[in-house]
Amino acid sequence: MAAPRGRVREVVTPEGVPLRWTLADAGERAGAFLIDLLILMGTSIALLIATVILAGVTGGIGIAIGLVAFFILRTFYFTFFESRWKGATPGKRAVRLRVVDAHGGPLTAEAVFARNLMREVEFFVPLVALLAPASLGDSLPGWARLVSLGWLLVFALLPLFNRDRLRPGDLVGGTLVVRAPRALLLEDLSGARTSPRAAAAPQYRFTREQLDIYGIYELQVLEELLRSQGPVRWESLRAVSDKVQAKLRWQPPVSDRDAERFLHDFYTAQRRRLEQKMMLGHRQERKRATRRP
Amino acid sequence: MKSLEFRKEREGSWMELESLIARVEAGSLTTLSAAELSRLPVLYRATLSSLSVARAISLDVNVVEYLESLAARAYVCVYGAKRPALEAARRFLAERFPSTVRRLRRHLALAAALLLLGTLTGLGLTTTDPNHYYALVDEDYAQGRTPASTTEELRQVLYDDKHPVDLLGAFAMYLFTHNAKVGMMCAAFGFAAGVPVMLLLFSNGLILGAFAALYQERGLGLDFWAWILPHGVTELLAVLLCGAAGLAVGESLLFPGRHTRLANLGRRGREAGVVVLGAVLMLLLAGLVEGIFRQTVHNVPMRLSVAALSALFWAVYFTTVGRPETT
Repeated sequence: MAAPRGRVREVVTPEGVPLRWTLADAGERAGAFLIDLLILMGTSIALLIATVILAGVTGGIGIAIGLVAFFILRTFYFTFFESRWKGATPGKRAVRLRVVDAHGGPLTAEAVFARNLMREVEFFVPLVALLAPASLGDSLPGWARLVSLGWLLVFALLPLFNRDRLRPGDLVGGTLVVRAPRALLLEDLSGARTSPRAAAAPQYRFTREQLDIYGIYELQVLEELLRSQGPVRWESLRAVSDKVQAKLRWQPPVSDRDAERFLHDFYTAQRRRLEQKMMLGHRQERKRATRRP
Repeated sequence: MKSLEFRKEREGSWMELESLIARVEAGSLTTLSAAELSRLPVLYRATLSSLSVARAISLDVNVVEYLESLAARAYVCVYGAKRPALEAARRFLAERFPSTVRRLRRHLALAAALLLLGTLTGLGLTTTDPNHYYALVDEDYAQGRTPASTTEELRQVLYDDKHPVDLLGAFAMYLFTHNAKVGMMCAAFGFAAGVPVMLLLFSNGLILGAFAALYQERGLGLDFWAWILPHGVTELLAVLLCGAAGLAVGESLLFPGRHTRLANLGRRGREAGVVVLGAVLMLLLAGLVEGIFRQTVHNVPMRLSVAALSALFWAVYFTTVGRPETT
């Protein structure tokens, strides 16, 4: 997959099967938050204009409606979307993130509310403290302001200091923010199904000794190479084919034109062999150490 | 090859699940027909079992990755399902909120004790020396209500009707949003080991006590309580609930007990969320009473009876509603 690999966290579903989620990194989360913040600000400005117009027409009722609308927007924006859109706000959706329960259960509304309750203390208060420290209290002595500022910054920067990139809201709500999964089911490389090339009977045959050299890791690197697209694919295939031939002591050498075919057949035979061994309880993870003659 | 046969055998159900999920992700669960809806959990479980098998027997990275992601997407659809809004609201008010408050009763008692302690301290200090009032109540907050004010000025505040009637709604909502923000902040600060919560509760008690002492001294004691309690019962209770939620969060960090701090925090945090959400609703009620009722009704017995009624209402609500039926 093209996406950079990130930290993985296993969550066991109620059915007892562990699912692996890739945690969102700090940049993605900041991006999603920024988008949400822009939407919030845009909506606030629109709301302000609407309130001014409404107040002009209806008087006090208009102001009352405006005040409540502001409150609801600010307090429930994140909560509403995260509980309605299956754990994603518009910003998270754009960056392809999701909130999930850290223990594999359903994502409840109260967890969502709790995690967003903390946002006030984590983000808005430090922001105010940085931009307008006077509003934290005039009567506070300088050192107390400094201490409270440091304290609040600890809250805001907490996600950078823990393994799972949890912010205080995630701790309180028991949630994780993960990348929304998206993987396509590709053709089975060994499969004799649609590709006419693969459909043909294997052209190259390998001995058991040759198939015992490489392990699962190498097999899966080969899979990635065979599935890859791009300008350097042919060169890589030729280079890998040469390497594999040297390792297997393959005679006579395969022509460059047939490199892909050779690797294809090798992949199929190798996978069959390794899966067979796996079923008998032996997982060969890596290639064997080379014994020099 | 076993893994290939396995894939051929199961692939159909994966594809079916994928197409269902794609539709749920684009719209909502309601876009599925009844038959499709009943297929969803079946296919989800089948895919989970496929995933377990694939992890055990297949070395095809793509298949395993695909199944992981398919299972994860289906998981979000199956376990992200929502109740209808009305049903959720009913369940919240009739079960979750009162029962969670009962679970936090020790924290509620502590919060109430702190507030009471603050009030008594403020009352005592200001009664012995009125000048303490200036130390306890912020100038902005006092809005001219100081020991230097005349009794008539102080009385004026209690029976204020200078607000034009059409602005009462706006005033009520201003009070509500302001108090709700303070309440939520109070609970959220529980994350800092609960210390700021205690300070907030105590210092609010000080202010309340100082005011009470000021009015008491001028012989306006009863008028003062009649002025503050009709909304104050609900409002103070809501503040106490937010405080209790904050204390519970703080406690889970300081004294994790049998669970890990993280698990504890997650559990307590959710309870805090429930309580704070309920407290916000209570503050809405309090705001309406404070902004509209108090500004229009100036009769002391009337004001006091509303206070008594609201106290009775909350007492009954929190002690009886939502208890599991004992049979």
